[in-house]
Order: sequence, then structure tokens, then C-alpha cells
Amino acid sequence: MRDTTRHPTSDSAKPGAMPSIRAILTLLGILLLAAVPFIAPSMQLLINLALAKGLAVLGVTVLLRAGQVSFGHALFFGISAYVGAFLMASLPGADLILVLVAGVGGAVVSGLLVGLFVVRYRGIFFGMLNLAFSMIFWSILEKFYHVTGGADGIRLARPSVLGMAMERAGFEAVIFYLSIVLMVVLGWFTLRWFASPVGQIFQTIKTNETRLEYLGLSPRRVLLSGYVLSAALCGVGGSLMALTQGVVTPEYVWWVRSAEMVFIAVLGGAGSVRGAFIGALIYEVVRIYASAFAGDIWQLLLGSFLLVIILFAPGGIMGIADTLIGHRKKSGQRAATAEEAK
Amino acid sequence: MNLTIFLLALFDGISYAALVFIVALGLTLIFGVMRILNVAHGSLYAIGAYVTVSLSGYFLALGFAPVFAFPLMIVSAALVGVALGGPIEWLLLRRIYDKPEVLQLLVTFAVFMILEDVQRLVWGSQPYFEARVLQALGNVTVFGVTYTVYQLILLPLVATGLLLGLRFFLRRTVIGKLILATTEDREAAQSIGIDADRVFLFTFMVGAVLAGLGGALASPTTSILPGMGADMIVLSFAVVATAGLGQIGGAAVAALMIGLGRSFAVYVWPEVAVLVPYLIMVLVLLVRPEGLFGSPVARKI
Amino acid sequence: MSATSTSGTPLLETRDLVIRFGGVTAADNVSMQIEAWRNLAIIGPNGAGKTTFLNICTGWLKPQQGKVFLEGEDISALPPRKIVRRGVARAFQIPQLFTEHTALENLLISAAAREGLRNPLQSLHRIRQRDEMMHLLDLVNCADVADRVVVELSEGQRKLIDIAVALALKPRLLLMDEPTSGVASSQKHEVMEILVGALAEAGVTSVFVEHDMGIVSRYADEVAVWNAGNVQLRGTPEEILEHPDVIRDVIGEEVA
Repeated sequence: MRDTTRHPTSDSAKPGAMPSIRAILTLLGILLLAAVPFIAPSMQLLINLALAKGLAVLGVTVLLRAGQVSFGHALFFGISAYVGAFLMASLPGADLILVLVAGVGGAVVSGLLVGLFVVRYRGIFFGMLNLAFSMIFWSILEKFYHVTGGADGIRLARPSVLGMAMERAGFEAVIFYLSIVLMVVLGWFTLRWFASPVGQIFQTIKTNETRLEYLGLSPRRVLLSGYVLSAALCGVGGSLMALTQGVVTPEYVWWVRSAEMVFIAVLGGAGSVRGAFIGALIYEVVRIYASAFAGDIWQLLLGSFLLVIILFAPGGIMGIADTLIGHRKKSGQRAATAEEAK
Repeated sequence: MNLTIFLLALFDGISYAALVFIVALGLTLIFGVMRILNVAHGSLYAIGAYVTVSLSGYFLALGFAPVFAFPLMIVSAALVGVALGGPIEWLLLRRIYDKPEVLQLLVTFAVFMILEDVQRLVWGSQPYFEARVLQALGNVTVFGVTYTVYQLILLPLVATGLLLGLRFFLRRTVIGKLILATTEDREAAQSIGIDADRVFLFTFMVGAVLAGLGGALASPTTSILPGMGADMIVLSFAVVATAGLGQIGGAAVAALMIGLGRSFAVYVWPEVAVLVPYLIMVLVLLVRPEGLFGSPVARKI
Repeated sequence: MSATSTSGTPLLETRDLVIRFGGVTAADNVSMQIEAWRNLAIIGPNGAGKTTFLNICTGWLKPQQGKVFLEGEDISALPPRKIVRRGVARAFQIPQLFTEHTALENLLISAAAREGLRNPLQSLHRIRQRDEMMHLLDLVNCADVADRVVVELSEGQRKLIDIAVALALKPRLLLMDEPTSGVASSQKHEVMEILVGALAEAGVTSVFVEHDMGIVSRYADEVAVWNAGNVQLRGTPEEILEHPDVIRDVIGEEVA
């Protein structure tokens, strides 16, 4: 988040080198998550919600890499969820894959439409216009209750899985492992995308759009490509959340949800793929246990914590972790240090 | 639409526009001078309303006349400016003026989150309603439509007075000129001895007072409940963005457009009334990306 | 001492460009012809409209009157990116680089932009043009700082990389705004030597704004003298440098 922060071209280990500490820790983390239904079944639902949120946070993280923050990305989270719910209502027994594809498709289409408008702006306008769009959708959900169920939302009936009707426990297990698979696949994809020419060009939005234009590229189109990706990731998260909870409400697109995503992204380490998921897991666990005694002041705690991170630990959790395992020297000096080490 | 409904919508729109304008004026002033969009501005508005309701509820219960609520509104606005605006600028914003815009936005957003819960802790989640002052100035009847003097005359007068007063203050007084000089070029202003820190602190407090005053004046016309701050920040941003960030006079025009658009929608198509401000903003920005009165800034290369 | 006449269409041509900022006329009926293969230096006092001219030619500013033609095609209404795509690259007085990327990455991004690379799973560092870009960095004498982040580089290095980024686009025409400003005066000739060599190797025609008369006389094939928003004189370096007006208006200013 700090202006001097420099994201490495690739988060993954250098080719040919021994697997880094980070890669091993990542693998262990994924295995640990996959074991949750066996070693801590009571945590399964909680972790599943955290993974769904983590995917949405990843969407916000993508934009942070271009130096942009959206206070309205819950819009795509919610659109995806509502598309799934409407689909199940009009097509009972539809397949899980169809629900996911339709939901994410809805998020992509709306991301493209909203994106065409908001990529004309940066910084304050970008953040606030996104907020405005999410408020518009929220109002529609609340006001047109005969269609949307209003504040109560609508139920998302359990879809079939590859043509088979599922019992509750089995379905929950399917969604849980699907979430893990999507986390791994989409996390890996996003990492590769960040390191790729398209992704690297996307990240130059943060530093110099004049040069971008003088490379023969349209900064708006470049930003739009990442915007649609971020909307799609939020859409995946929203669909998984709706499938896990079995109901969608306007709360899915409420600004507090968007704020939460930004908060987790900054908490995890703005711009870090792993940070998005680690942040979401920590956030959900803390929230559940804190709600018993701090439910009334939850936003107050979040806000205060956000201030502390921004002012004193702009690298977030991943920044702190990196310092601990010595993976990355002080930001901005990584390349130089690597050069000297040769 | 007959004349009565037309007039009702017109009056609703004008009084609503006046309130939104007062809040947006603070937002755009702070942005114009400090280049910071204060997301917590909506919370300051809400707290202004809460404080007014609490104070006037207390004093009216002691037997004071409803008119006494007017000085209490000013007291509430001043309290918001000094007790909240001051510390926010002094303790937080001062640390981040050299940081990227996105980070500044996040900091004021964090303040917004904190203040939203503070409201709930202090005033609870139950709506408050304290409208006795609304009738204190009586009613006025225009073509058979009866409306309160408070909403139809006082609010627009205050809004106009603030617009003209702020313009006069910025252009004609020494402090106003210091503020404008700092806005133009902070470093140059400092080099000729202007204390930019104090200018920023003062500006932010004035902006916060305007937010608080907007809330105070709005308090008799609406029920005060959690979430009103979130609505207001987005709405006043819509006004400010439609006008062009930092455009004080333009904000008045935009507030009228949005206020009237919304109130007419209430009578014509109530479901979409809350959407109208955003639709107006989006339409304006589609045609003029810098807002109605903003001018594009070409980057020097 | 009129514009050198050559047969055929000029590479870049402007006709009657006019642009005013408030009361200042930064381009006052500028009609210029830039011929291929002849390096043109633009000299003139500050505020004469030299940078404005480059800004108009590349589409950054739209003239209030007049047109710009690239090999006969009217490009007046095009945005910079579309003009760049037609082979006109630009280096800046203040280097415009991706400051959080390394020197090499800046060039790789340039190559990726040129080639339209879209594969989201291929690393930028493994694109085929990497060797070519390393060679280009070498050409501008910056190979040793290839893996340094731009913010850590000296002003002079940034200027050179800014030009290399433009060259990486393989342009036909390169417009440079004071390529040696920010470079220590003892090294200016060395830098120009590197640049001219790189330009010649890449087969690029260049237009450069320059204050240093020594550099102009040595590296330009032609000189245009700017004053008050228009071309006052144009000719070979020898013709121009001996002209009394130039000695008084331009060189005199440099001495003062």
C-alpha cells in the first residue's frame, strides 16, 4: 500500500531453486484446510465462509495492485449470489456447475458494464463510484421486494451435483472441497496473471499512465481487463457464499461487506494473493469469537485496526510474515539485494 | 400531476436540496483545499443530528420553548467541528498528506467505520424523532399548499447564506485568502510564511461544522437512525461529483438537480426515488467526466 | 534558408498548428516538415513552444487549428496511443517510467506492448524478446542496472532507460525532449554518442529538443530554431549557428 511498496514479479519461488519456505508453508496450509472436516468438523462451515470471502478479497486485491481501491465490490459478490438464487428458483434441481457459471457470468457481465464507466476514473472517484453502484443495487434489492424478497432475501435451494441430488452433509462437503480447489486454482491463476505481461501492464496503472499511453496502450482498457477479473473473483466468492448459506440477502451487497473486503485485503497484505486468504481466515475466526463480547463494537475495532495497519504496518500480515522468515527484504530493495547476492 | 402535487414535490426538493447542499459544501471545501475526500463526513452529519436531538430533547423537557432548539443546533455543529473534526485532522490526516490518495481514502474510511459504531454505542439503534422545532416558525400556504416555514424558507436561506458567506470569506478576508493560497500551491504558501498546518486544521474544522450543521438542521425533518451517515456520504459525494470536486457554487446547482429529481420521483415513481441522485450523477459523469463545473486537468509532461 | 526540400511525402508534417493557453500562444501557425533519416534538433528559449510542438505531434494536446500528418495520413484527431502504434515514439524531459518496476521490466513491458502479448500464464521475464531488450539496455549502457528498481536509479540512467523504452517499440520516428538534461555536463557527449549509435543501429529518425549548442552542431543533420510559438529559422547546424539572430537570441541566452 505504501507508495514504495514493490510487488515481486512472481510470488512463487525462483525456478530451479529448492522449494522455498513460503511454498512449503503454502502447501502445508492447503493440506491443513483440506483436513478440517476430519480434525475439526465444527469449523467446517466457518472455514468455508472464510474461503468464499477470501476469493472475493482476492478480487479487491487485484485492484490494489493497480493502486485502486473499490468500496463497492460487494456488488459483484451479490450479483453472482442473486443470479444463482434466481436460477434455482426458476429451474429447480439445476446443477451446481450451472449455478456457478451463471453466477460468475452475471458478475463478469455487470463488471464489464460498471467497469466501462468507472475505469474513466482513478483514486477517490474510482472508489466512491464503485460504492455508489453497490448502493444502487442494494436499493433495488430492498425496494423491489416482490421480486427480490426485500430485506429477507431469497432462498437458494440446494442444486444437484453432476446430476445427483445431494443430502445436506454431502453437499456441504462438496462445496467445501470445491472452495479449496477454486482457492488453489484461482490463487495460482492470479499469481501467474500478476507475473504475466498483461498483469504487469495492469500494475503500471499505479505508477505511470502517461508512459502506458505512449506504449500504444489504452490505460482504460488495461484497467478494465483487471476490473473484470476482479469482478469475476468476487462473483466466485459470492456464489460459494450463497451455496454455503442457502440464502441470499441484500446484506451481500451492503457497503459494510465491501468495506470488509477492503479491510481484509489490507490486513492480509495489500496486493498479496496468499494474504487475501490468510487474512480472510484470521478475520472470520476472530469475528466469530469476538462477536460474543465485541459484537457491538465490531466496526469500531475494524476501523481502529485498519488505521493501525495503514499507519504502522503497511505490509499487512504477509509483510510481517515475510520479515519473520526473511523471504523479502525491505520493499523496494528486493531486486537490488538479489543482484548483489549473485 | 396536478398543481398541488407539483408544488409539494418542488418544496420537498428545495428543502431537501438545501440540507444536502450544506453537507456537500463541507465535503467539497475540504476536498478543494486539502485534496482529501473525507468519507467520515457522513458520520459527522449523523452525529450533528444525534447531538441536536439529545440536547433539544433535554432542554425542551426542562420547559424551554421549541425556538431554543436553534441555538442548540449551532452548538451541536460547533461541537462536531471542534470535538471531532479537530482531532481527526490533528491526530490522523496530518500524518498522511504525503501518502497516496487511496491510502488517504482508506484512513477516512476507517474513521467512518469507527464513528458508525460510536453512534450506535452512544445513541443505540432505536430511531429518534424530535420535530417540535419544525412548527416553531409556523406554516406558509402557497396556492393552497401548506408547508413549514422551517423547510421552505429557513433551510434555503441558511444554505444560500452559507454559499454566499463562504464565497465572501474565501475571496475577501485575509484568512480566506490564506486558504486559497495554500490550495493553489502549498509549498509556495509555506515559503511566504503561511502555516499550512493551521490552514488545514481550520479548513477541516469548518468542513466538519458544516456537516454537523447539516445534521442539526435535518434532525427535525427526519428520524435519526443508524445508517443515515452512510446514506449521506454517498449522496453528498454524488452532489459534489456531479458538480465537479471542489466546485462550491456548482455544488448548489447539483444539489438542486438531485434534490428536485429525487422529490419528483417520490411522487411519480416512488420505488426508484432513492436511485435518482445516482442516476443523475452517472448521466452527468457519462457526458462530462469532470462534473458539470469541473475542468479537465491535463498532466504536464 | 528555407526547409530542405525533398521529393515525396515527409515522414511527419504539420500545417498551420495553433494552440493557445489562456493568453499565451504556444503554437502560432506552425508548419513543419520532418524528413525521414534526417535527425532534427529543435532549439530555442524556454517557453518558445518546443515541448508543446512534441505534445501536439504525438496527440497529447489537440491543436485549436491546423493538422498533423504522418506520411500523408491525417493523425490530428488520434490519441497518443494510436499515433504510437503508427510508429512515433516519445522520450520525455522528465522520464516517464514505471517506477516500481526494474529497468529491464520497463523494457519488457514495452516489448510486450509492441507485440500485444496476451497469454496470462506466461511470465513477463520469459518472453521471447528478453534478449533483445537486454541488448537494448546494453546499447544505452544500462545493462548493469537491469534488475534495479527505477526509483533507485540516477536521473541520467532514467533518461537513458526512458529512451530505451521508446526504442523498444521499434518506432520509425523518435521524439526526444532534452535527452541530455539531467545528465552531468561532462557526460553529455558520451550520452549522445550512445544515443546516436543506438538510433542509427535501430534505423530511427529522431527529433530532439536540445539546449546545448555543442551537441546540436555535432549530432543534428538539421536545426529548427523556435521562438514565440513558431519556427523562426531552419537549416543545417553550420548555417544556423552562424546566424546573427541565433547568436543573439539563443546562444546569448545560454551564456547569460
